[in-house]
Amino acid sequence: MTTPVLADLTVGQEIGSRTVDVDRARLVRYAGASGDFNPIHWNERFATEVGLPGVIAHGMLTMGLAVTVVGEWAGDPGRVVDYQTRFARPVVVPDPGVATVEVTGVVGAIDAEAGTVRVDLTVTFEGARVLAKAQALVRL
Amino acid sequence: MAINASYAGRQYAATAPYLVGREKIREFAAATAATQPVHHDLVAARAAGYPDLVATPTFAVIIAQAAEAQLVEDPEAGIDFSRVVHADERFTFTRPIVAGDEISTVLHVDAITERAGLAMVTTRCELFGDAALTDHVATVRSTLAVRGEDA
Repeated sequence: MTTPVLADLTVGQEIGSRTVDVDRARLVRYAGASGDFNPIHWNERFATEVGLPGVIAHGMLTMGLAVTVVGEWAGDPGRVVDYQTRFARPVVVPDPGVATVEVTGVVGAIDAEAGTVRVDLTVTFEGARVLAKAQALVRL
Repeated sequence: MAINASYAGRQYAATAPYLVGREKIREFAAATAATQPVHHDLVAARAAGYPDLVATPTFAVIIAQAAEAQLVEDPEAGIDFSRVVHADERFTFTRPIVAGDEISTVLHVDAITERAGLAMVTTRCELFGDAALTDHVATVRSTLAVRGEDA
């Protein structure tokens, strides 16, 4: 594992990116792993009955997928000391098919005294942001 | 049924400890496409200075959502889960969660606000690595938006 050097970083610098194809199988797998069995994440009939456009991904799944970019960059995911987001738009997962989620991280702020870097994540689906103010604070 | 705003400010007794298992860490990491060795390989985790496998940052949601069920599944709280949308989430770590941790969680209801047919319920889970609640591990803040019956 290599750790980025704080003094070498500049605000705005890209730290990594990733594209993840989310299908229904991934939603079922996440439901089981997380214990979140809300039927809006696996039952089309239920999802449309409550006014959703279809089965949607767990916001927490998207949040979990996105932070992998930060952990890979930091070398050690245990360096993530704070991670937050607002859920701005749902990721609608078709069947058959996939919902393609794109993640890009940039250096948002550097606190040399605290030894921390804020990584700002842009997470999009069909060209629109699904996470808002997605920020991870990393101690280097 | 309307949301019960009198629950704001409520603090619950600590939950029974949640034992963090290696296979659960591996399973959750795989479900979120987290492939770094410290989540999967004990030798790699120990080489990185950890006593055991390291949980991914959002693993704490498993423990937090179980604690939040004390509120969400309480009929008196008036939260209709079919009308709930997750609005925001935040994790703040004192240290990473590792396999073998026995996490006791204290749930706080920090705020319940209502505006224009939308209720916002903000909870905070304080996670501790010991039943005496001295080894603070993480804080998990979450806001649920609950649509009113007319919305």
